[in-house]
Amino acid sequence: MANATLTPRRSQLTKGRMPSYTLWVVLAASIVVGAALAALVGFSLVPFALFSAILFIIAGTAVTGVVEGSRKARNRLAMFLIYGSFLVALLPLLSVIWTVLERGVPGLTYNFLFTSMNGVTGAIDNQVVAEGTPVLGGAYHAIVGTLQITLWATLISVPIGLLAAVYLVEYSTGGRLARAITFFVDVMTGIPSIVAGLFAAALFGQLFGPGTRTGFVAAVALSVLMIPVVVRSTEEMLKIVPNELREAAYALGVRKWRTITRVVIPTAISGIASGVTLAIARVIGETAPILVTAGFASSINWNVFGDWMSTLPTFIYYQILTPTSPTATDPSTQRAWAAALVLIIMVMLLNLAARLIARLFAPKTSR
Amino acid sequence: MSTNALKRAGGAGQSGDKIFSGASLAAGCLILAALFSVAVFLIIEALPVFGADPSEITGGDGFFTYIFPIVIGTVIAAAIALLIATPLGIGVALFISHYAPRRFAQGLGYVIDLLAAIPSVVYGAWGYAVLAPQLAIAYDWLARNLGWIPIFEGPASQTGRTMLTAGIVLAVMVLPIITSLSREIFLQTPKLHEEAALAMGATRWEMITMAVLPFARPGIISAAMLGLGRALGETMAVALVLSGGALTASLIQSGNQTIAAEIALNFPEAYGLRLAELIAAGLVLFVITLAVNIVARWIISRHKEFSGAN
Repeated sequence: MANATLTPRRSQLTKGRMPSYTLWVVLAASIVVGAALAALVGFSLVPFALFSAILFIIAGTAVTGVVEGSRKARNRLAMFLIYGSFLVALLPLLSVIWTVLERGVPGLTYNFLFTSMNGVTGAIDNQVVAEGTPVLGGAYHAIVGTLQITLWATLISVPIGLLAAVYLVEYSTGGRLARAITFFVDVMTGIPSIVAGLFAAALFGQLFGPGTRTGFVAAVALSVLMIPVVVRSTEEMLKIVPNELREAAYALGVRKWRTITRVVIPTAISGIASGVTLAIARVIGETAPILVTAGFASSINWNVFGDWMSTLPTFIYYQILTPTSPTATDPSTQRAWAAALVLIIMVMLLNLAARLIARLFAPKTSR
Repeated sequence: MSTNALKRAGGAGQSGDKIFSGASLAAGCLILAALFSVAVFLIIEALPVFGADPSEITGGDGFFTYIFPIVIGTVIAAAIALLIATPLGIGVALFISHYAPRRFAQGLGYVIDLLAAIPSVVYGAWGYAVLAPQLAIAYDWLARNLGWIPIFEGPASQTGRTMLTAGIVLAVMVLPIITSLSREIFLQTPKLHEEAALAMGATRWEMITMAVLPFARPGIISAAMLGLGRALGETMAVALVLSGGALTASLIQSGNQTIAAEIALNFPEAYGLRLAELIAAGLVLFVITLAVNIVARWIISRHKEFSGAN
């Protein structure tokens, strides 16, 4: 009897469960076998990782199934796949960021940020390549254009989108108009960006004569793309606000519009801010609508209501597609990746700002 | 006195109510008007195509012979993107909401949000300069070993600028959208449902299939729909990545074209009838997205009782 208590025995609670190191052993075995299999087809990193991962998922699930039963095996398989999907999702995204950093940082100079392409010709690029001097010309005009056009698009879209979402969630009683708005907002999310651009170009062409191309036309085109995103995300967030909060406000005699502006929207503000951020992120990088509405400029233009404008996406597109010098494309490629880096940094700063606003205004919840 | 004070207060609040509800109603109507004018403009500008002589249309065989291959191309590209991105996106969202350590979850969500912001033209440049050369090796292997399947028929493209590459780039682009929207919904699952499932002895996966996924289904569908909207209408990434051409079944040869890329690549030089043709192609794309949305809305309306609100 005394012996039985002294010998370490598996507890009744952990019986039928794998020791915690089992999966590590399976992982190590999978990596070894995966390396062997990869060696058969000529060793390289991609097949090695692929084979090892597949082997680990199969073997890990099988071992769990034998020791712990089929329910646990299914649970383990789901866990592997969910962890795996996250790792797989990270790969292209890290690759994009790495590529942009690697190729963009060398071109990101003071000169690039604060000069435009005004006067930079193919001959200058050829000379730069031949003599190995620093690349001339920059994206200042495109940065100005991006900020101006996106700002105007946001100023147009956010009030309209927010109010429409408020109408849908708070005021409508599910009538024909509300159903029509919900339905057509869904349709608008599918509008191809280039069609939105064509629409804005035609609208201003009708109003101010054909060929009207200004930053404001581009802003209207971007609004067409942005409004449905704002409405959809705001609507989802307003719907999630518990009815009890609204009822509590009404019970205190608070007016409906005060309830909405003081109770409903503050409760949902973090979600709304993240939705608006996604909307801005979607439109700030749009290329096609800018091409047909704002044209392309190589000099600085601060006025959204007059003359052609360039934005960072169109700048990138043209620098890649039609290099300034067809024979020496390196300066153009460098400018394109540097512009891509600037664009991504801009978007990240916007995200950060929205995140901070959301955090400052977020209500305390149980989560 | 007190009744007067109440009336006055009521009067002031009432006008606020009226202004606010009127403004929100006007915003809703403005959206309808905007969409209506987009549709009207597309139809008016596209009309010349349908009255034109078939021999004058690109390809010389009438509009429908011209549009059919690029419609199929658009559908293939979007289908590849969604087939890859939807399961992956749900997996990533579940990882962030229910699997990752709570401490990191918010940070990981933030990373995914940032990645939604990478502009399409950057994804296009990346697909063209980085992904396509890598995939060309895999396509070569596929063509040699699985060439008997029509979609992997050789000879594989040497540049890797094929439909499958375009589809993969589109999948990468829509993944953050599907992930961030699904994640928001997963996090809204009633805690009590989850705890009830776990208390009954359910494994974590059983808890997810019983409590989280039924609650989130309409949210997942609307997330996938937004992703599909972007995949169908995506212009620049496909224009940069895909080396377009005639319709082919093989996804690893160059060829195929999508409507949006066709418009983008040809619009700058287009005038007259060609312009009308491209706008008509845009109209077709518009109609396709309309059909997709009708189906998706029908699915969502069947599951309305699960949506968290009201």
